[in-house]
Amino acid sequence: MKKKIIVIGNGMVGYKFCERLKEKDTDNQYQIITFCEEPRPAYDRVHLSEYFAGKSAEDLSMAKLEWYKENDIEIHIGDKASSVDRVAKTVTSEKGLTLEYDKLVFATGSSAFVPPVPGVDKSGVFVYRTIEDLDDMMEYAKDCKTCAVIGGGLLGLEAAKAAQDLDLETHCVEFAPRLMPRQLDEAGGTLLKDIIESRGIKVHLNKSTKNIAGDGKVTAMEFADDTILEVDMIIVSAGIRPRDEVAREAGLTLGPRGGILVNDSLLTSDPDIFAIGECALYEGMIYGLVAPGYQMADAVAEQLVGRDASFEGADMSTKLKLIGTDVASFGNIEPQVPFKELVINDPHSAIYKKLVVTEDGKTLLGGILVGDADAYGNLLQLYQNEMVLPEDPMQLILPASDGSAPGGAGVSDLPDSAQICSCESVSKGDICSAIEDGACSISDIKKCTKAGTGCGGCMPLVTDLFKAKMKESGVEVSNALCEHFDMTRQEMYQTVRATGIKTFDELLEKHGKGTGCETCKPAAASIFASTWNVPILEQPSLNDTNDAFLANMQQDGTYSVIPRIPGGEITPDMLIIIGEVSKQFGLYMKITGGQRIDMFGAKLHELPEIWKILVDAGFESGHAYAKSLRTVKSCVGSTWCRYGVGDAVGLAIRVENRYRGIRSPHKLKSAVSGCTRECAEAQSKDFGIIATEHGWNLYVCGNGGMKPRHTDLLAVDLDEETLIKYIDRFLMYYIKTADKLMRTSTWMDQLEGGIEHLKDVVINDSLGINAELEAQMEHLVNTYECEWKNAINDPEKLKRFKHFVNCEDTDETIEFVDERGQIRPASHEEKKQLVEV
Amino acid sequence: MSNEWISVGKVEDFCKDLGGCVKVDGKQIAVFNVKEKSEWYAVQNLCPHDNRMVLSRGLIGDASGTPKVACPLHKHNFDLKTGEHVSEGDVDDLTTYPVKVEEGTIYLQMV
Ligand SMILES: Cc1cc2nc3c(=O)[nH]c(=O)nc-3n(C[C@H](O)[C@H](O)[C@H](O)COP(=O)(O)OP(=O)(O)OC[C@H]3O[C@@H](n4cnc5c(N)ncnc54)[C@H](O)[C@@H]3O)c2cc1C
Ligand code: HEM
Ligand code: SF4
Ligand code: SF4
Ligand code: FES
Repeated sequence: MKKKIIVIGNGMVGYKFCERLKEKDTDNQYQIITFCEEPRPAYDRVHLSEYFAGKSAEDLSMAKLEWYKENDIEIHIGDKASSVDRVAKTVTSEKGLTLEYDKLVFATGSSAFVPPVPGVDKSGVFVYRTIEDLDDMMEYAKDCKTCAVIGGGLLGLEAAKAAQDLDLETHCVEFAPRLMPRQLDEAGGTLLKDIIESRGIKVHLNKSTKNIAGDGKVTAMEFADDTILEVDMIIVSAGIRPRDEVAREAGLTLGPRGGILVNDSLLTSDPDIFAIGECALYEGMIYGLVAPGYQMADAVAEQLVGRDASFEGADMSTKLKLIGTDVASFGNIEPQVPFKELVINDPHSAIYKKLVVTEDGKTLLGGILVGDADAYGNLLQLYQNEMVLPEDPMQLILPASDGSAPGGAGVSDLPDSAQICSCESVSKGDICSAIEDGACSISDIKKCTKAGTGCGGCMPLVTDLFKAKMKESGVEVSNALCEHFDMTRQEMYQTVRATGIKTFDELLEKHGKGTGCETCKPAAASIFASTWNVPILEQPSLNDTNDAFLANMQQDGTYSVIPRIPGGEITPDMLIIIGEVSKQFGLYMKITGGQRIDMFGAKLHELPEIWKILVDAGFESGHAYAKSLRTVKSCVGSTWCRYGVGDAVGLAIRVENRYRGIRSPHKLKSAVSGCTRECAEAQSKDFGIIATEHGWNLYVCGNGGMKPRHTDLLAVDLDEETLIKYIDRFLMYYIKTADKLMRTSTWMDQLEGGIEHLKDVVINDSLGINAELEAQMEHLVNTYECEWKNAINDPEKLKRFKHFVNCEDTDETIEFVDERGQIRPASHEEKKQLVEV
Repeated sequence: MSNEWISVGKVEDFCKDLGGCVKVDGKQIAVFNVKEKSEWYAVQNLCPHDNRMVLSRGLIGDASGTPKVACPLHKHNFDLKTGEHVSEGDVDDLTTYPVKVEEGTIYLQMV
């Protein structure tokens, strides 16, 4: 005869217990019976909110009904266990079943705590716990305009998002002086409030509700400070209460404030009865998270098959996405030992990060991440394994742009015992041996270890681990910029943004070593420019020759002069000015491939004079010397062409003027064609635009140069404003994530997920960074200044525009010969002859 | 030529952490300062790679602590202390010149 196990409650933890016991019970010694009060078997409560986003109850279910059948689990759906007779060892249900057990497991979870405020029983007051709650809310919300959520904790904020998704004007009312009072400190809470308010949810702090008003139906909330908030609907999310009513009646020991008391073995006061999940009280604590519940389930299943297992408490570290914002906290942020705090507080990018470390800076004690929690997985490992921190722990919270865990203590420093995936209890050692046994892709690892198949939270770490192992066995790739900075361009970009550093000296002092070189200096100069947009000559010692003299150095040490001609459109008068300047200084002229005019052969000291004339006439720098937007080529479009369907020139001018001067990892070229015949060759550009009957198609990441690549289509039939918005996002995302000197085409080729990923980011805001990207672009656009105009008015900057420091002579080694009526540089042979003559 | 020290300009004529070209006896010399004008170096202005008078316009920095200049044209690197060519390829070394700073004036020796 099989031993009977009855599980009361088929929620996430009850289900997990069934699954684990089935796996472990290879001798098939147990018969599992479970009572499930809800009208459907266990579902993923953690992702409950996705029900609003269109997921069905089916999608959310942890396992289908067939699964219970296949595994021979007797499940009583819609039947609540109403009493337990511990002497007879039976459970009786509401529907009248009485079943015997050998072992009993309480997995009854919790219910929402509703504070005893007068009026909470009015219609329009909801809790947020089950699919039924959501169904009721959705139905009721149809006639509502405003909604208030009581409670500004994790769940409250999630409920607020749900209310917002129901198109309700949403308020969040918190009793404490900040949001998520249990997890966040004041600065973190303040930033979160700002972010959440910017997403349209009104936050009210320090508010204690004293009455819910309305005639049968909610109409307003009255607060202790005598203010009133008019609302049509309320969601209460003020905490949870363990479901211990059946256990209480059965005479099991409960905690003073509820919860079924359990020991290390998860046994209750009755040696045949366990309690797991949110109904269990362990060392005075109810664990309101799913991961500890799973650990409990696992421990009980282990014991039942005769192995040693216990529960020793769990970490309450959490990372969540709340209203599109990453929020994470771990460890202790106010420890009892002496400690130091490392803080990044960047309201501009909406990022707040705090690490609490021991006084010697060697051990991580806790931390908070708001706005960007990519580092969470890594930090959690450092904290849980008490590992020695890198010398500059700040590196740990400078965000890595490519989604991988930031530098510093890598996954390779973790001990083999470190738990990587908590959902499935997979350690680093497990994953390493899987790789050694031949797993050669992430999906292989997922298949054979189950790591990352639960919540997926550990995937960044799994990926890092995989990469590190691969590196060990094969090619060593150093991502460091150069010997002076042990970081990639992306990391440097993030560092600059997060810390507000504006000079190379400071950057070097804080994050690098030595005096720099021709690799890191221009990279830093470009990053300063793409971040703060200060004129490039403010720090002349960083710039490559081209940027240093705002002109391209040619093979003989002379320079070219290229004024901007937006869209390739130019009036006769402007054309005449170029001709006259060229004549005056004896320059060689040629039309470039980008629909503008190049003048060659200018000597260093002539550059300011030439540009003064050009700038006075209304020309601007063409940035031909810079890693930035070159030209936006255009065809004449609908203005003249008989096929044209869009004003290609007009748009090209707008686009070119918008993005001129913005420094990027490499140069950018663009083009606009007036119809599908594509005379401007937009599909070979970094971003190209083609007019359609209904608007504009946007193509990205093409290249003409050394390795031609056709563009990918990013979006179709856009109106002009959306088009510009998408380009803003695309460009800033590229600037943020590309390596130094990486064109958009190469960037795309190595972008994980390729064009689909890019579409997701740019169109669907899958990373939640679009507002930030747009704001950054807006800043660059608004602070644009013509570098040449700035330079010719600044004697200090012009100081270097002469060949000799100690005299006014010019460089006599520069010599030209005549060719087809213009100058060209003399070759070395010709120079010799010239000298001899 | 003797061991005479020749003035080539004032400290403030040069920009910090950059080079400048000076003319001495018809010769073009590139003068560099590093670490905010605390160390000074002088080498020929002619880049021996493609014989162009451009080195003073190169970026400076260091390799493992040794100061160097990178030619603006093709990025060949030269040790500023010894003039040695330190990049890949077969390129001549640079001639270096002694420099000193006295009361804000830079002096070179054309040895
Ligand atoms: C909206 C929301 C978001 C959340 N997000 C996160 C998150 O991001 N991360 C995280 O870690 N946690 C999150 N949680 C918490 C997480 O859902 C819980 O920790 C987890 O569900 C607890 O599992 P449980 O099985 O103990 O309880 P439950 O899932 O509540 O399951 C208990 C089940 O037992 C049933 N039951 C109770 N009494 C009886 C009885 N007498 N007879 C029969 N059945 C009974 C109940 O109806 C219920 O179905 C979230 C919770 C909610 C509501
Ligand atoms: C099956 C069990 C689990 C479920 C269903 C679950 C659910 C979730 C949810 C809803 C998120 C937010 C995802 C988002 O960012 O949109 C999340 C993230 C995360 N959870 Fe879990 N959780 C589980 C177990 C755990 C456990 C046990 C841990 C470790 C203590 C953990 C660690 C993480 C981490 C590190 C993230 C961040 C993921 C990211 O990088 O976005 N999870 N989980
Ligand atoms: S792309 Fe179309 S609109 Fe433009 S010139 Fe060619 S045919 Fe005319
Ligand atoms: S194709 Fe080659 S030669 Fe022609 S401009 Fe470009 S780099 Fe110079
Ligand atoms: S001329 Fe100096 S590196 Fe080529």
